[in-house]
Amino acid sequence: MSAPTNWPDRLFATLKRADIRQVGYVPDAGHARLIDRCRADSQIRDVVLTTEEEGVALAAGAWLGGERAALLMQSSGLGNCVNMLSLARTCRFPLLMLITMRGEWEEFNPWQVPMGSIVDPVLKLCEAEVYRVTKPDEVEGAAERAVQHVFGDERIAAVLLSQQLIGKKVWTK
Amino acid sequence: MRLERRAAMATLLADRGDDLLVVPGLGSTTWDLAALGDDDRNFYLWGAMGGAAMIGLGLALAQPKRRVAVITGDGEMLMGMGSLATIGIQRPGNLAIVVFDNGVYGETGMQPSHTQSGVDLIAVARACGIGTCLDVGDEAALRDLAARLKTLRETLFARVLIAADEPPRVLPLRDGVELKDRFRTAVGVKP
Repeated sequence: MSAPTNWPDRLFATLKRADIRQVGYVPDAGHARLIDRCRADSQIRDVVLTTEEEGVALAAGAWLGGERAALLMQSSGLGNCVNMLSLARTCRFPLLMLITMRGEWEEFNPWQVPMGSIVDPVLKLCEAEVYRVTKPDEVEGAAERAVQHVFGDERIAAVLLSQQLIGKKVWTK
Repeated sequence: MRLERRAAMATLLADRGDDLLVVPGLGSTTWDLAALGDDDRNFYLWGAMGGAAMIGLGLALAQPKRRVAVITGDGEMLMGMGSLATIGIQRPGNLAIVVFDNGVYGETGMQPSHTQSGVDLIAVARACGIGTCLDVGDEAALRDLAARLKTLRETLFARVLIAADEPPRVLPLRDGVELKDRFRTAVGVKP
């Protein structure tokens, strides 16, 4: 049984077992620890993006060259990816997305709600398999299943990491 | 006198060598590449506008022993301009981004693009930290670029000033799964 706060380390372990070599991300507080772990790993090329759709194209290029990639983002980033997901769908590029959720639980910022509330249907319309997790102990298993779906069958999958895992954002310090 | 796009593509890819992988952008550069004759090491784009440079980046990082040339248009590059910032940080030595700049959106009826009004993609690439940035405006500069593509050592960006003409379309294979599979087979990474 993993401690409540080490789920990013379990995700990292899954990425390593899956031999992920490129990790694209737009900096995100929920993924801060996972990003740090990827940046510190000499076998992983961390690619900071200006917008999440770049990561969809990056992952396609990686696969053309025989490497596996993962894309880290928060829920708002999915909206930036929608047309580029056509690349993954049309060509059946494997695409593993790890998405931290905003706008669904203890959310202070109402501007996060419109995109957060449609992540699930948008992913399903884009033919992505969706694995939603709300408890730390579920994270690793969901990520393992997503990896298998993505690279075993050249498909799209997203692990949705609930805001309950990440905790309430502190707005006043 | 601006360069003619089909002739420019032919000059750049003459004797391309087994290790050169080419990603053209959605639209005219894909037709230009197809016009040279089909090749399994071409990954034609029929969509994903704004994504060509990033596909090139992922590919270049995954295949450091091969050279990767992204050859795209000004409109396609403008849509993915942020990717120049991303590439400016990664700077793989085996990646070249070549923009055929004619100042118009040829596929949609020759509407003016931002570059026609002064947006300077070379200045953008340079500001993003890309090592070598070349302005290619004549045959001699084009031949120099072709030679540099053969011996890539640092990330290269080039703007090739081409005429705003529209040669007959040459349409390549458009089945995305087949394009991907044959490319991966040619690179030796399949399955």
